[in-house]
Amino acid sequence: MSKIPVKMTVNGRAVDELVEPRLLLVHFLRGKLNLTGPHVGCETSHCGACTVDLDGMSVKSCTVFAVQAEGAEITTVEGMANADGSLSALQEGFMQEHGLQCGYCTPGMIMRAHRLLQENANPSDEEIRWELSGNLCRCTGYQNIVKAVRYAADKLNAQREAAE
Amino acid sequence: MTDATEMTLEEREATLGGIGCARKRKEDIRFIQGKGNYVDDIELPGQVFGDFVRSPYAHARVKSIDTAAAKAVPGVLAVLTAEDLKPLNLHWMPTLAGDTQAVLADQKVHFQNQEVAFVIGEDRYAVSDGIQAVEVDYEDLPVLVDPKQALAEDAPVLREDVEDKDNVGQGVRKHPNHIFAWEAGDRDETDKAFAGAAVTVKEEIFYQRVHPCPLEPCGCVASMDPVRGELTLYGTFQAPHVVRTVVSLIAGLPEHKIRVIAPDIGGGFGNKVGAYPGYVCATVGTIVLGRPVKWVEGRIDNLSTTAFARDYHMTGELAADSNGRIAAIRVHVLADHGAFNAHAQPSKWPAGLFSIVTGSYDIPSAHIAVDGVYTNKAPGGVAYRCSFRVTEASYLIERMIDVLAQKVGLDKAEVRLRNFVTPEQFPYTSCLDWEYDSGDYHTALNKVLEAVDYQGLLAEQAEKRKRGELMGIGLATFTEIVGAGPSRNCDILGIGMFDSCEIRIHPTGSAIARLGTKSQGQGHETTYAQILATELGIPSDDITVEEGDTDTAPYGLGTYGSRSTPVAGAAAAQAARKIKAKAQKIAAHMLEVGEKDLEWEVDRFKVKGLPEKTATMKEIAFAAYQNLPEGLEPGLEAVNYYDPPNFTYPFGAYLCVVDVDRLTGEVKVRRFYALDDCGTRINPMVIEGQVHGGLTEAFAIAMGQELTFDETGNIQGASFMDYFLPTAVETPVWETDFTVTPSPHHPIGAKGVGESPNVGGVSAFSNAVVDAFAHLGVSHMPMPHTPWRVWKQCQALGIGE
Repeated sequence: MSKIPVKMTVNGRAVDELVEPRLLLVHFLRGKLNLTGPHVGCETSHCGACTVDLDGMSVKSCTVFAVQAEGAEITTVEGMANADGSLSALQEGFMQEHGLQCGYCTPGMIMRAHRLLQENANPSDEEIRWELSGNLCRCTGYQNIVKAVRYAADKLNAQREAAE
Repeated sequence: MTDATEMTLEEREATLGGIGCARKRKEDIRFIQGKGNYVDDIELPGQVFGDFVRSPYAHARVKSIDTAAAKAVPGVLAVLTAEDLKPLNLHWMPTLAGDTQAVLADQKVHFQNQEVAFVIGEDRYAVSDGIQAVEVDYEDLPVLVDPKQALAEDAPVLREDVEDKDNVGQGVRKHPNHIFAWEAGDRDETDKAFAGAAVTVKEEIFYQRVHPCPLEPCGCVASMDPVRGELTLYGTFQAPHVVRTVVSLIAGLPEHKIRVIAPDIGGGFGNKVGAYPGYVCATVGTIVLGRPVKWVEGRIDNLSTTAFARDYHMTGELAADSNGRIAAIRVHVLADHGAFNAHAQPSKWPAGLFSIVTGSYDIPSAHIAVDGVYTNKAPGGVAYRCSFRVTEASYLIERMIDVLAQKVGLDKAEVRLRNFVTPEQFPYTSCLDWEYDSGDYHTALNKVLEAVDYQGLLAEQAEKRKRGELMGIGLATFTEIVGAGPSRNCDILGIGMFDSCEIRIHPTGSAIARLGTKSQGQGHETTYAQILATELGIPSDDITVEEGDTDTAPYGLGTYGSRSTPVAGAAAAQAARKIKAKAQKIAAHMLEVGEKDLEWEVDRFKVKGLPEKTATMKEIAFAAYQNLPEGLEPGLEAVNYYDPPNFTYPFGAYLCVVDVDRLTGEVKVRRFYALDDCGTRINPMVIEGQVHGGLTEAFAIAMGQELTFDETGNIQGASFMDYFLPTAVETPVWETDFTVTPSPHHPIGAKGVGESPNVGGVSAFSNAVVDAFAHLGVSHMPMPHTPWRVWKQCQALGIGE
């Protein structure tokens, strides 16, 4: 199958590749860019393990073609650390609140929670549950994931307040 | 030697991060940064991909397979069929249950989506093209999806390959579609008890076919080094060492030339215990092509072909006196095992540990009988987050207790309290011959009843019932049997179900421990290190825990059936004690005293009566490599293979409150209170996480999960469109509690907890739903309790309008 060029920015790095038009974004990220944080759990956009941030939206990269991401800004869990390399508040929250077990859903959860906190800096527990409902977890029962997001929201809000 | 630090005893203890502390997990740091290493992340030089052509028919003769067009597809490298595997004798493989399973369909297909051909290509896209180009000509045959019909006299014979065999590995057969009959207990005694009983109850209880459905599907990468003649097999293996032995036996490769590696695993829940055709085909592929071959199943493949759970058609009966005191239990099970008997149980137990069916109750007589049957469904029959068939057993007795309470007109908590094994009876031997190690069921249940104000809930329910509202209170007071197991009654392929730990202490006082189990998210790297920290006096942060590589880890039987803590956790403690014994000899030499003059304190040996004369484990570790007493070999290492003297018996008391909308059938879980007793608690944070997860899986099973088939054998609902995995929105909020009744025979008193919440949870939910209708004369409702089914129940009772 003939290939076509695609350009995008992934975790702040310019990417320029030739791909088959049918190549899924998740396979592009994992196979071509060696970013194996996004996982494949269903290939039908139900489980959310492949969630990445694309131009300020959470998308399930298993149901986006790489060529559809032409010109896009993409962030994966590998791009989530703070600028100084330290863990982001969300990553820290997942660890502190035991918000993960097998870790397979975690990158998608973190990316989805990241977008949620961009849109709503102080969500209620119910809002967190609703906003994460496109991401499935088989291990934790979600309770500690909710706590992890709460932890990050509180920490980020405290940092903002201190900066003001 | 003097104490260089100023730390208090408590501070030294805290520094260890040992048993009982809520230590943060060591494995998290890689997962939260996307740096886990799962099977699909593995990319070896020259690696290619393989996947299956699957049968659209549930039962059909394969008349021909034309692979020519597929082989011509760009990027396709090879297409394997049963004919290609025949010369290697790999077209069929032995199952763990003594049967055989087709690796690739040999003349017939026996279930929908069965593996028919294996296409290997440069990448998964080329393989997908190739799969579509394979032409298979089928002739469809009559289909059996109902195990009762499968035993009809004129039923079509499903397994023609074993039609003439009177035994397919687990006992005598009485019909061509019958696999085994198994029984336990005393039939005559039980019949007698039933004949003389004041009260008897009977219920047909079907535990539906479900699937463990971990978020990461099954997969492997097989890589043959043709020069060295060595095969490396990476895979989603809950039991990597057993996989190596199986591969050696069926592929005829010497075991030392096979290296099996289970990297990070994205959840297992029983689904990753079995051996699947994908592993065999990838292995053949790498041998044929000389390139590494990856196979990773899709979600529909996972739900429709790799090991399912349950599918038990149970008939339960209790005999009791008018006070609700149980005299006997009788159970018959028709077990639907699908097309091949590939369930994963210890060899001698065709119904697993189902004979734990007397539960937490002191029942004098019991008789159980199980018949296994072939149908045109996927093979399997694994324990989905439970010990072997324990959830089925627990569900049956916990449902039947409620049915009995209803019949004798007593409160269901009261009936439980009247029948519990009492604390004085432990160790308690059940009439089905299990020796329960320890328990205190009354304390557990009473603690829960008090915590939730049970009397208040009953009063509220009575009020609501007067107003025509439906509120249910569900109880489950379960006992599990985990930690398989003592080799006298547990083996897999003849290998005793021990487990192992090997520890090496480095000269600077840090350590590495390797175990025969394999975490799939349970947090072994964290919790095993805590056991070792307490035993050895080395901080858990200084202990690396490794599992899953058969070249480095000692042989073990893997992680399932909540066996890691009871078996490998015990091995860890025992290996540590061997090290400590040697350390004591070295310390005596260092301090120039006799061994008996020393006593252990947290992280060091002290000379009795001379508290300033100490040797810390760190100091001893260094001495082990340069300053040894004469005659003692250098180094500080130990290995222990632990064959447990008994199972452990965790238990719990769960209470669930539901409100049912009689107009829509929707069930809302208002409250769920879970008390678990898993003996000594190693890490309360991890335990709570396990309980949350297990309860959520129980919720999924009780309220929505079911794999059904239409009459032509089409599997229905084998994708995330239909198969119920609760999201954060549906999942209830969990309240947890605990008591601690240590196991008397386990080195640290721990029992295992990962599966208890699933075992107890399913019955608690189901009992709550049925209880909402109990005052209307309903004694049982089949799972899953979907709104549609509950609505139909309301309609049948005339309360749905």
